[in-house]
Amino acid sequence: MIALIDYGMGNIHSVKKALELYGAKTKVTNNPKEISAADKMVLPGVGAFGDAMLELEKQGLVEVIKKEAKSGKPFLGICLGMQLLFDKSQEANKCKGLGLISGEVKKFEGLRHKVPHMGWNQLKDVNPACPLLKNIPEDAFVYFCHSYYPEPSENLVRVAACDYEVKFSSAVWQGNIFGVQFHPEKSQSLGLKILENFVKLC
Amino acid sequence: MEGFKSVFAGEDKIGSMLTKRIIPCLDILDGRVVKGVKFLGLKDAGDPVEVARAYDLEQADELTFLDITASFEKRKTIVELVEKIASNIFMPFTVGGGIGDVIDIRNILNAGAEKVSINSQAVKFPELISDSAKRFGSQCIVLAIDAKKTEAGWEVYINGGRTPTGLDAIEWAKKGASLGAGEILLTSMDYDGTKDGYDLDLTRSVCKSVNIPVIASGGAGKLEDFYECFVETGADAALAASLFHYEVFTVKQVKDYLRERGIPVRI
Repeated sequence: MIALIDYGMGNIHSVKKALELYGAKTKVTNNPKEISAADKMVLPGVGAFGDAMLELEKQGLVEVIKKEAKSGKPFLGICLGMQLLFDKSQEANKCKGLGLISGEVKKFEGLRHKVPHMGWNQLKDVNPACPLLKNIPEDAFVYFCHSYYPEPSENLVRVAACDYEVKFSSAVWQGNIFGVQFHPEKSQSLGLKILENFVKLC
Repeated sequence: MEGFKSVFAGEDKIGSMLTKRIIPCLDILDGRVVKGVKFLGLKDAGDPVEVARAYDLEQADELTFLDITASFEKRKTIVELVEKIASNIFMPFTVGGGIGDVIDIRNILNAGAEKVSINSQAVKFPELISDSAKRFGSQCIVLAIDAKKTEAGWEVYINGGRTPTGLDAIEWAKKGASLGAGEILLTSMDYDGTKDGYDLDLTRSVCKSVNIPVIASGGAGKLEDFYECFVETGADAALAASLFHYEVFTVKQVKDYLRERGIPVRI
């Protein structure tokens, strides 16, 4: 069973339906017991970093997420859910992230390009060794919608990049923890392929 | 993806392959897609999920659903519809039409829409933009502006184009962006339905005034219209309704045409 962590930060529905296309049993939940009982976890989310961490804390989810992530359970963060995996964000200076992956979330600043980065852009430097990105080709188009981007402290954590004047990490991988800045559940067939890969992870 | 020469005046495309988006717009009445010219002679044109699926296969980049239902049951039916679409179609879509408050926005986003577009209510209560952007993030709040030419510039109209507001469209776009809107859906009332092409002056003026994405809308009738819009205005996306509904062109045809002429599109 895959636990879809529902902490009130939007749009779990599409991810759930997409995972179910590949035979996954899912549970939308904010119950720590159910999260512990799941084989895998997904942390979706749209909105602001500070609000999201506040909600996770208020609902008593921070500890269980950290504990289960450290236990080796496959864990996927999507968009804001990916950003929350990191130590901190420029969006909420006083607020700590989950700190599961070392690094910081930064704002797109001083770009000639428009912010938010919104629309279809390409995956670059795709690391084929990452099981989440199995059969995902270099230059594949995926859907982005964000104003902040994660910068891992370790280069090795980045398994795909994306160019938007700055080259940022569009996918990260550290052991059992995966994060994608784009929306696989909104990226048509290639996005579904990524979610299928997650379902098939052992 | 090599070989895209920059055709954008004053815009440096190096270091980004963010593509220009083509967005079919579907009018929804009582949970069904309807076709008609300017709200007259509306005909049932099918199940929204099926219509959306066809556009998904054509590789439309996004969809926009405009709910024109006026009935009391509206809010419930649109949320149910959004859930149904999001369960079946895995691409980004925006929902607009009669959005009243932050609760409406929350319900539609939770049901699986990527973005919500607000129009009349944002003019009446601009804090709806800031409140919802703060709560859900700018990236999901689209400010829809219906603009009509005046001697001095363009005026904003609301209530489906029936009510002039006295607001200048450029100033309103700037204000909307500063309040936290993440995108502007800009419809030219003068060009809408004419098939004479997008309003290049209006679109260019808005694009120059804000640093958020702008969707051009109203007037697409030929393949060249899309090309001109992207080359001459700085628009990030182009929306069309009847052109796609009546199958004058497919989304794929539009994208092939643009790609051959050096506009970055996703194929």
